[in-house]
Amino acid sequence: MFGPLIAKPASSRANKTGSWRSAKKPRYLHQNCIACGLCKLVCPESCIEGKEKNTYMPDYEYCKGCGLCAYICPKKDIEMVPEHEKGEKAK
Amino acid sequence: MKQFLEGSFAVAEGAKLCKPGVVSAYPITPQTHIVERLADFVATGSLNAQFVNVESEHSAATVVLGACAAGVRVFTATSSQGLIYMSEVLFNIAGMRFPVVMVCANRALSAPINIWNDQQDAVSLRDSGWVQVYAENNQEALDFVLQAYKLGENPKIMLPIIVNMDGFILTHGMETVDVPANELVDKFLPPYKAPYKLDVENPMSFGLLGDPTVYIETRYALHKTLEDCLSMIPQVGKEFEATFGRKGLDLVELYKVEDAKTVIVAMGSVCGTIKDYIDTQREEGKKIGLLRIVSYRPFPKEKVYEALKKIPKVLVLDKSISLGSEGPLYTEVKSVFANKKPKVSGFVAGLGGRDITIETIKDMVDISRKKEVRCEFLGLRPELLKEDFYVGI
Repeated sequence: MFGPLIAKPASSRANKTGSWRSAKKPRYLHQNCIACGLCKLVCPESCIEGKEKNTYMPDYEYCKGCGLCAYICPKKDIEMVPEHEKGEKAK
Repeated sequence: MKQFLEGSFAVAEGAKLCKPGVVSAYPITPQTHIVERLADFVATGSLNAQFVNVESEHSAATVVLGACAAGVRVFTATSSQGLIYMSEVLFNIAGMRFPVVMVCANRALSAPINIWNDQQDAVSLRDSGWVQVYAENNQEALDFVLQAYKLGENPKIMLPIIVNMDGFILTHGMETVDVPANELVDKFLPPYKAPYKLDVENPMSFGLLGDPTVYIETRYALHKTLEDCLSMIPQVGKEFEATFGRKGLDLVELYKVEDAKTVIVAMGSVCGTIKDYIDTQREEGKKIGLLRIVSYRPFPKEKVYEALKKIPKVLVLDKSISLGSEGPLYTEVKSVFANKKPKVSGFVAGLGGRDITIETIKDMVDISRKKEVRCEFLGLRPELLKEDFYVGI
């Protein structure tokens, strides 16, 4: 007898771990972004997409709110805000 | 062909005959001769396998896990601290359902450091999901390796197996062993065909997150499959006997039990000593017998019940101790009967290589004549036991 033993790869995508976020979430201000890509690089969930200046955004279905992107941003263009606040850019 | 071999070399011959593609192990007394011999076979070309040198037992277990996941037949061996160091990976191997075969040269656990034989190492891993069988002699140890692959690689089973052999007593003991012919083994054990494996053409993931919605089912399936082994083990043993002409694996062995008034229950090489004791007692007309547990996991409860239900007195001899409780084998044998007959007494002996002699067996029987005991240590030296801290020996 076998239980749920083996899975197709990338099944973790189906697991919307963003629901684990408990305190704060990042808000991308999109004001001084220089497209250095550090936020995308450090994200342990690899859930940040973007290419041009002021286009980087996390996928909140997977973002666990660790705050690394806000910490690393050299332009302080990402801030951590309480969960209930609007997450997208401030404008 | 019959050869005069030490137990380590016998199981190395057995492993070689099964043609593993990957062997990985780390040296530890008293297991070292097994993998030294296998390394020799690989170096001289008589075994076409990759021998992976590693820096620890944890890595050795991880290497065989990975190779087995890639669909390769694998072998490893260890002992004592090495087995315990592997334990994290061993639970994973069972959980991922890979038919790894390992020989454990049973040895005591530290502290105090002790390289001699008891069965605490493997018994401590009884809940890991591995099948565990205990050999009485070198021939059995070799034969059990062949049958372990046959059992574990059955697509309905897919379980890892520990073949236990008592350290030094078997691993370093010389006996005449019949090393079967290659062709016979090939007939008995076809090449391993993994029903699932790491494959770039058909990607799969193993051992990933099993959250509360799925985890318990994986454990239930593992448990049920171990129970299925209760019927598969004797079946594999019969196939073995049909091919090689000597007795194969079974769940238990009964020795002069039928008319016995007292039956001793034990595992491993000490059963040879007990059989000798029984033979001398039988000459004096004392009706005593032996129930040898061959398969410790799965535990053959029904067989134990059937064998012992009409026996007035049962003595269980453990070479390990569940500290704070009693001998683990005693717990299990007793549980088969709950409060029914027979009276079941539990004994612990032979820890850390203390010899279990015919005198020890005699003590056990003598004590049981006076009282029913639950966790009686045999052969203790009271002069070494003090109420206060002291520097002894």
